[in-house]
Amino acid sequence: MMTEKQATIIQAKNLGKRYGNDVILERVSVNVEEGEFITLVGASGCGKSTFLKMILGIESATDGELLLDGKPIPDEPGSDRGIVFQQYSVFPHMTVLENVIAAKGFQKPSISGYLFGKERRIAKDEATEMLEQVGLSHALGRYPHELSGGMQQRLAIAQALICKPRILLLDEPFGALDPGIRADMHALVLDLWRKHKLTVFMVTHDLKEGFYLGSRLWVFDKVRHDPHAPNAYGASITYDLMVGQTSTPLYKEIDNRIRPIPAISIDAVSVPLENK
Amino acid sequence: MKKFINAKPNRTNTILLGLLPFALLILVYMIGSDARLAINPSDKLLPSFSHMGESMMRMAFEPSKRTGDYLFWQDTLSSLTRLGAGVLIAACIGLLVGVLTGSLPFVSASFSPLLTVVSLVPPLALLPILFIVVGLGEVSKIALIAIGITPFIARDIQGRTQEIPSEQLVKAQTLGASTSQILIRVILPQIMPKLIDAVRLSLGSGWLFLIAAEAIASTDGLGYRIFLVRRYLSMDVILPYVAWITLLAFLVDYLLSKLNQRLFPWNYEVSS
Repeated sequence: MMTEKQATIIQAKNLGKRYGNDVILERVSVNVEEGEFITLVGASGCGKSTFLKMILGIESATDGELLLDGKPIPDEPGSDRGIVFQQYSVFPHMTVLENVIAAKGFQKPSISGYLFGKERRIAKDEATEMLEQVGLSHALGRYPHELSGGMQQRLAIAQALICKPRILLLDEPFGALDPGIRADMHALVLDLWRKHKLTVFMVTHDLKEGFYLGSRLWVFDKVRHDPHAPNAYGASITYDLMVGQTSTPLYKEIDNRIRPIPAISIDAVSVPLENK
Repeated sequence: MKKFINAKPNRTNTILLGLLPFALLILVYMIGSDARLAINPSDKLLPSFSHMGESMMRMAFEPSKRTGDYLFWQDTLSSLTRLGAGVLIAACIGLLVGVLTGSLPFVSASFSPLLTVVSLVPPLALLPILFIVVGLGEVSKIALIAIGITPFIARDIQGRTQEIPSEQLVKAQTLGASTSQILIRVILPQIMPKLIDAVRLSLGSGWLFLIAAEAIASTDGLGYRIFLVRRYLSMDVILPYVAWITLLAFLVDYLLSKLNQRLFPWNYEVSS
């Protein structure tokens, strides 16, 4: 594993998660530094989303520890950890602009979170500027159901970023989008990651996406396997790879190293690999 | 020739086919009425349409000899006021209880079992208790309507609140929202159109409780009137009153559905 450095933001120590007798995750020990872009890949049910939910604070560890800045991670969601889900990430009853202004309003400790007067004007300007960054300035007055899937995800990202989170969690954010739109979204996410100096965790089914986007790639899989009790052992991080996004030779090298992976039952990622 | 299951009427035919049963019912009534009146001109069971018209003209446009009121309009106003007040109270309580039990596990743990039991109590069985406790005035009638439909609205809203995707609640929290902010800005606005739908569904029972309460203890109202004139077999008044109640029920339902589309366009589009 990695050597510890100063700017460690997330630390997992022998982390595990079980539901009754079903072990989902076991023995996950990693350090994540501020500013890393980590993609989590693996077969369905391998615990990568569970890991994300633990960082989010809606699932708690049953074994080991998960630390944020050296302290146990809060057991409920908070504004330091932004999230974009695959769907239902935006508020359907608010326009695009209102969705982002509401996010600003939630930052203020008030009963209702409504903003008035000068505060609202400032929030509106900030929201407009943020929506421009994600390319939605032409759709400020529309409701989410009038937006395409890609535009809804752009809105969800804008909403998350206006709260200036340190960590951005992406749970298969582009899984439902067309390939062409995905490429646009990739460019957007990389751009925002650099601009806002975020630490990003992204769960994806698409290994290619993981290589292209991440600075670091985790592959979740079961190390031990009991054919008579498939749930007796949980998954762990079997590959922890640093990924350079621009260096083609490095990409090839990792691609070669990762090739055996389809053999160890990551069927979800075997298809995109064939294309090369 | 298409299979019958695939055959669809065009626009004009749809309207004509929809009107046909109404026309048939009216025709059957007229034939029956004529047949009976031919045998006995003073028959009261199936009065002719002209007879009903005369009676209604008298009810609506001639002041009552006893009170000086225009009975038809007075009855309508009283009944609608009671129904409106009862439904409004039920909607407010139902919304509050439903949203809170649907979103806050601690409130749900405390009140859901009670709500389930209360919703099983037959409201009409409580009517005598209401008469004893609050007397025979307006309060008992409004209370019956409110008590009768509040549990339904509360449980419906509770379910609708639970249907809001948990992703939205988590998302709001990652944006820094507090419990009250989530309730007021995320849950409540999304529940309002569902509340109007719940009210529309509960209006049927609302009318039932209204007419029951008016039949038993009242001095005016649509329900009071039809039960009063029943003593004189005045079908010429009862039948138009029933038609009028039906029309009112239809209009209220129609207006509420239009209101829903107007106020909450985002909801209408999502569900379509």
